[in-house]
Amino acid sequence: MTPRRAAWHRATVVSVTAETATARRIELEVPTWPGNEAGSHVDIRLTAPDGYQATRSYSVASSGPGTRLVLAVDEVVDGEVSPFLVRVLAVGDSVEVHGPLGRFFVWTPSADPDPAPVQLVAGGSGVVPLYAMAAAHERSDDGSEFRLLYSVRTPDDVFFRRELAALRRTRVDLVHTRSAPEGDRRPPRRLVREELDRLTLGPALAPRIFVCGSTPFVETVSRWLLEAGHAPAAVRTERFGGSG
Amino acid sequence: MSFVNSGFTGRRGQRDERLPPGQTLVEDWPVLSAGPTPQVSTADWTFTITTEDGAEHRWSWDDLTGLGIEDVTTDIHCVTHWSKLAMPWRGVPLDAFFADVDTSADYVMAHCHGGYTTNVPLEDLLDGRAWVAVEAEGEPLTPEHGGPARLLVPHLYFWKSAKWLRGLQLMPDNDPGFWEQHGYHLRGDPWQEERYW
Ligand SMILES: Cc1cc2nc3c(=O)[nH]c(=O)nc-3n(C[C@H](O)[C@H](O)[C@H](O)COP(=O)(O)OP(=O)(O)OC[C@H]3O[C@@H](n4cnc5c(N)ncnc54)[C@H](O)[C@@H]3O)c2cc1C
Repeated sequence: MTPRRAAWHRATVVSVTAETATARRIELEVPTWPGNEAGSHVDIRLTAPDGYQATRSYSVASSGPGTRLVLAVDEVVDGEVSPFLVRVLAVGDSVEVHGPLGRFFVWTPSADPDPAPVQLVAGGSGVVPLYAMAAAHERSDDGSEFRLLYSVRTPDDVFFRRELAALRRTRVDLVHTRSAPEGDRRPPRRLVREELDRLTLGPALAPRIFVCGSTPFVETVSRWLLEAGHAPAAVRTERFGGSG
Repeated sequence: MSFVNSGFTGRRGQRDERLPPGQTLVEDWPVLSAGPTPQVSTADWTFTITTEDGAEHRWSWDDLTGLGIEDVTTDIHCVTHWSKLAMPWRGVPLDAFFADVDTSADYVMAHCHGGYTTNVPLEDLLDGRAWVAVEAEGEPLTPEHGGPARLLVPHLYFWKSAKWLRGLQLMPDNDPGFWEQHGYHLRGDPWQEERYW
């Protein structure tokens, strides 16, 4: 596929819905949007009445040729941009978006009759680009095995809950770090290495791996993956920021 | 485009004329990499400059420290919209490595552990504007931030300051490196907002 050139676009908010108690799903209509691969992101630029501007990156949960973009933004307490996007931005508002960006952290269907399996590992809002990949896989003829390991704080913090439950071609494993659903035998705690090994495709299967989340999450998981024997070139990462 | 986001105020009082357009000041130090963090020890570390004729100049960790490490205080600007101001670094200026290198090539490809590459015009690396950095904020560079040694080219966006540096290859043409093949600008001047092509 020829790469789509990144450019500035004017976007209009067409819907906002609560994703979780702290996060919001934002749907944008971007008439000039060239389409995007699954996993790419946009830069969003906000302009205050006095001309002051701030820009942050957000992954796109949707993919393909359309002009509708779906974002899911988690509020970072005391952040500059995310509290505005989660609480203030309203239907009908305009924002500037630059994109599509990121041609490395993307998944495209393979023409290979026997493609390598794909392992997705998400921490918190890091599920956004990985959900885009699983959804694109669902719509494609690509026959690769897909798995998603998703670490969330509590059962109420799951992004794309309904959409993930409806995936027929991706196996989803959830681990809870702060509180677990009733009846879950796993006590809430951070993902440990033994679980990562057990709940992901092993190095013998040579999966392509995409890891996304906060910087400390990505650092920890990708180090464990290498120590488990995965090839560095097979592991692609996207770090959302934060220091733990 | 001429519209504003009413209700957006931003974090006031932080605009500083040292900040290039589209950048936000941070106090912490975010990490941007495309893959896992390579672990490289100083005992195994070597740094090689290869000319367009294939001639190799090589330095060990002890050779590097012997060239003279200097203090550098500089602003850094990441393409993901954050900048840090007046950050203390220590490193060896690239002029010291290039003193005995005979070349007529105009461009350089930096090669790193983990397979990453980035292209830089040679003139951006000389005249005291670029270093092989080994310390930041008073500590040896951690692996996350590119340790044991990374390129430091602070007048360009920070992906040009390649982490886990292992060598420089001189080249006649400005071939794109890893990030540049994935849509980042060939030069990356933050004052011109040369982020993407
Ligand atoms: C490629 C890319 C894609 C991204 N996609 C998404 C996405 O789909 N959804 C989403 O919600 N966010 C996403 N992010 C994170 C987003 O860009 C912002 O960093 C985040 O919304 C915080 O911005 P802010 O202005 O509110 O906070 P800031 O004012 O920038 O930061 C306030 C404080 O919070 C810390 N911080 C910054 N980011 C985070 C973080 N992600 N987690 C924890 N602490 C943080 C900072 O270090 C700082 O101390 C993505 C980041 C990148 C680089």
